[in-house]
Amino acid sequence: MSGIGTGYDLSVSTFSPDGRVFQTAYAQKAVDNGGTVVGIRCKDGVVLGVEKPVASKMLVDGSNRHTYPINQQSGMAVAGVSADGRQIVNRAMQEATQYKGFYGEVIPGYVLSERIASYVHLFNLYWYVRPFGAAMLMASYDSEGPQLYLIEPGGTAHRYFGTAIGKGRQSAKTDIEKLKLTELSCRQGVVEVAKILHTVHDEEKPFELELAWICDESKKEFKRVPADLAAEAEQQAKAAMDEDMDS
Amino acid sequence: MTELSGDWCGMQAPETGTTIVAVSYDKVFLLRSGSAADTQLVSDYVRYYAEQHAIGLEQPPSVKTIANLVKQMNYQNKQMLLGAMIIAGWDREAGGQVYGCPIGGTLLEEPWTTDGSGSTYIWGFLDHAFRDNMSRSEAEELVIASISLAMARDGSSGGVVRLITISKDGAERRLVKGDEVLEAIFLFLVA
Repeated sequence: MSGIGTGYDLSVSTFSPDGRVFQTAYAQKAVDNGGTVVGIRCKDGVVLGVEKPVASKMLVDGSNRHTYPINQQSGMAVAGVSADGRQIVNRAMQEATQYKGFYGEVIPGYVLSERIASYVHLFNLYWYVRPFGAAMLMASYDSEGPQLYLIEPGGTAHRYFGTAIGKGRQSAKTDIEKLKLTELSCRQGVVEVAKILHTVHDEEKPFELELAWICDESKKEFKRVPADLAAEAEQQAKAAMDEDMDS
Repeated sequence: MTELSGDWCGMQAPETGTTIVAVSYDKVFLLRSGSAADTQLVSDYVRYYAEQHAIGLEQPPSVKTIANLVKQMNYQNKQMLLGAMIIAGWDREAGGQVYGCPIGGTLLEEPWTTDGSGSTYIWGFLDHAFRDNMSRSEAEELVIASISLAMARDGSSGGVVRLITISKDGAERRLVKGDEVLEAIFLFLVA
């Protein structure tokens, strides 16, 4: 099957004549076709939300995790191939543990994000491995305050006020830009994230919403959003959707 | 010996008979006792690791981190090293701090500590005389008196007292020479 990158896309160690590495671009496609993941940095913390399409009614709720704590003050949400994302999470945990063991202090968010970006980038350099088909939204809360980072399959890390990845990212980003993030508390942020994810999701299919946060209210620890707040947020999100439908 | 009091904190004088070596930046100091060769090497390695670390961190490492580096060297190489060191300094996160890094690889943060052969003579004195929240001059006088007492009794200690006082404004050095040393003891005891 011939396509745009014919001949230059077989290996990640090959550039195309127009300066692209197609394998990296294809890895990004894997992320773009996956469930939407949203992250916003509020005034007192960071909220991450993952849209998980439910493949089967036989799946137990809450399994198939997409958010993981790395250490107490950092956590990640996976978009794209979740198995690939799991490997990146493992590496992040190792980096964090090793840093603490050697330097005696918790790894700062910006150091961890750069380490993970370098790690992910490695897999874009050698022909005998393939790039990760996963992008990570990393939430951190250290002495510099709350931070949100996006690490992409190509190995870049950027710091964001708010961003989205996956299928519904375009409209999600538009919705995020409308929010006044510096005035939003994480409690409010959770509701907003739920609303955004419900809006971008294709209504027909069932999906599960996984929410995690790190904020003053969670005592600066990365955790799943408490069940009662998550349920309330979903309710409000569904109500808002119904309102939009009627109006 | 290092002492801590109030928020200008981080006052040190070297263990008797040693030279102070600045590990990194103007606000963290390493005091050395035991094998001079071992502690010089540790100091060099710690300075190297700290500078590398600062590049990634984009700011000077904290006192705690540098103390941890010293501990790592002591612990990972405990079969070969015989260096008892003290890390003392000031950083923005926690103000003045003193960490003892004795032989074997222990790390302990303390309000004050002392090490070296002469230290055995002054533990009791310091236990008795140290107070929290001393003023700068009180702390300096205490440190000079303690070192002087140790120098008087310990055969392996002597010479001068090199005093360093560290605060948020940086470090100031002071030299107390032989004749002033005895005076310092008397002044302290009389006052």
